[in-house]
Amino acid sequence: MHPNVAYMKRKPEPAAPPSSGTDKRYKILETAMKRHQHKSDALIEIMHTAQELFGFLDNDLLTHVAHRLKLPLSRVYGVATFYHFFNLKPNGRHTCVVCMGTACYVKGANKLLAAIEDFAKIKSGETTPDNELSLLTARCIGACGIAPAVVCDSTVMARQTPETVLNQVKGWMQHGS
Amino acid sequence: MVLNDLLEIAEKERNARKEIVINCCVSAGCASSGSQAVREGLEKAVKDAKLEDKVEVRGVGCMRLCCQGPLVEISPKEELFQKVTPQQAASVVGTLGGGKTDALKGNLKHPFFTKQMSIVLENSGRIDPERIEAYIAEEGYQALHQALFEMKPGDVVDTMIKSGLRGRGGAGYPTGLKWATVAKTQSERKYVVCNADEGDPGAFMDRSVLESDPHRVLEGMAIAAYAVGASQGYIYVRAEYPLAIARLQTAIRQAKQMGLLGMGIFESQFNFNIDIRIGAGAFVCGEETALMASVEGKRGTPRPRPPFPAESGLWGFPTLLNNVETFANISPIIRKGAAWFASIGTEKSKGTKVFALAGKIENTGLIEVPMGTTLRQIVEEMGGGDENVKAVQTGGPSGGCIPAEALDTPVDYDSLMKVGSIMGSGGMIVMDQETNMVDVAKFFMEFCKDESCGKCIPCRTGTVQMHHLLEKILGRKATQKDIDKLEELCEVVKNTSLCGLGQTAPNPVLSTLRFFRHEYLELLQASVPQTPAKSSPSDHSVTA
Repeated sequence: MHPNVAYMKRKPEPAAPPSSGTDKRYKILETAMKRHQHKSDALIEIMHTAQELFGFLDNDLLTHVAHRLKLPLSRVYGVATFYHFFNLKPNGRHTCVVCMGTACYVKGANKLLAAIEDFAKIKSGETTPDNELSLLTARCIGACGIAPAVVCDSTVMARQTPETVLNQVKGWMQHGS
Repeated sequence: MVLNDLLEIAEKERNARKEIVINCCVSAGCASSGSQAVREGLEKAVKDAKLEDKVEVRGVGCMRLCCQGPLVEISPKEELFQKVTPQQAASVVGTLGGGKTDALKGNLKHPFFTKQMSIVLENSGRIDPERIEAYIAEEGYQALHQALFEMKPGDVVDTMIKSGLRGRGGAGYPTGLKWATVAKTQSERKYVVCNADEGDPGAFMDRSVLESDPHRVLEGMAIAAYAVGASQGYIYVRAEYPLAIARLQTAIRQAKQMGLLGMGIFESQFNFNIDIRIGAGAFVCGEETALMASVEGKRGTPRPRPPFPAESGLWGFPTLLNNVETFANISPIIRKGAAWFASIGTEKSKGTKVFALAGKIENTGLIEVPMGTTLRQIVEEMGGGDENVKAVQTGGPSGGCIPAEALDTPVDYDSLMKVGSIMGSGGMIVMDQETNMVDVAKFFMEFCKDESCGKCIPCRTGTVQMHHLLEKILGRKATQKDIDKLEELCEVVKNTSLCGLGQTAPNPVLSTLRFFRHEYLELLQASVPQTPAKSSPSDHSVTA
């Protein structure tokens, strides 16, 4: 399965175990569900909100959503795994998304990806063991005029080379350590 | 809101305009290159130079030449500055008083600009997409008024049929016919849906339209709703386009406040609401039945047609589904008439088409050209491509690669089909001699393999097997038998898949096999040097 592309979202707060009942974020989620009158066809909208709040969708959170929208858990889980945008696991502190759209690809996006994979010793879709960096790929971010593009922590960076993108990644890794 | 109010707003907006306007692109590519800071720099420079009475800095939509962003244009002087930095902002403003600047000057007389014809993008790069007044000043929402008060719903449908407009999402189904089908289906409830799930890699036309001129799409949808008798609309946008989503939300809110959307539009009996639905990253949701499943909050899997959405769509009600660019064409057609639109383009493809020109050429960005323009004009004259161009890819993963020899093909639905590609939604990627076509085929197959929803077997397993065969060929481990198998598999997947994704997934392989078969064969030769490889299918190698 292709790794998700949840890179454009605001940087989430460090995820707390969603079971904590007094968590304010549940209140915000509840308000969102109320706005949609707890209708089952708002499931994707609700999951977007949930992911924005919690950073990722773990089993407890999915169960909660299923319960509140009166949907079978299988349906909720099915939707969460079907769409690339939804994360079932937390991302690292920094994310680096290499656009693999056609324009970026013919301009050497695979070289960018290989350079980062080589440096961080992880594959696309993985997070470094120290939780500093998640490396992802995107299908196309629609920035083909400035290809090849990389999205580093929600900032789109134009016309990248293996050197420029590695500089960025190295900067993070050093600050983080 | 009545017509007079609308005209008053337009008049007021036009009168408020200052003598000189500095347009700064704050969309798509330019925004990624830091144009917001440039805009702020320009505003500050104008203030510092005490030119506020004469000069206005305007954040606008796409100015087309994305590769040179951030772009700044001074009108009416018609001067274009490229790759402007915030530091250069002051000197750019200084040129108004005859000063010098080190900012790169662009050439607006270049064929890249002069060969364009703007219908869909007429306001793009000229108006502030976040202000409804700016759209109204460009005759915005007048077409909606005209439709509501001077035309019957049937007249609107007739106008669409006569205009010859065909769906801009890729398949090219006549828009008027689709509208007529929804209009004549009897139902208490109907829906209008705008497909903004621009999933083709290498395509960003819809993104630019939504970010540059969102009201145009809303107006087109409202006219469509009136014509078919719907009162609720949805726009299904990719989650990857946060700026487009934000501008649509602003636009919908403004239109509602002015009574141009919602209950009793223009104080008539007509009601129409639009809600945004945000996608979640699934390519297959560009297919209409899958898109509707997603709008209903389900897994985006397609279903067999018929019944077509026009008869049974969202929640089983008749649904009109069109692409962003199709809706963007509606208001000019109503304003200027079907005959005007039908006079542009070729016999069977009317109007213009917006392309996202990208890849290995000098000028990349957004272009809008009349149908029938040749690929050579686009790639060589506008894009600045040279003899190094090897192929042009159109239609994304559903399309094909057109070789340089066929560059004289005119761009219209039927001609592109003849050379084994499709119009598609408008992605156009130029490839040069360095590009390995087998690798390109593998790239698209990998895409389709990952994006296959898994519902039907030919697509689910066929794409995996085809990808495997392509990897084998690229790994120089394949024989002629594998190519035969690949071709056979292409036919099977093409003919038996459930939806468009599977039916078109083999296209990149078939078109590269058709025009670049020698590249496949060269990879075979390397694996079995003793057997001279020929393209004749009888020449099977025995090694398995």
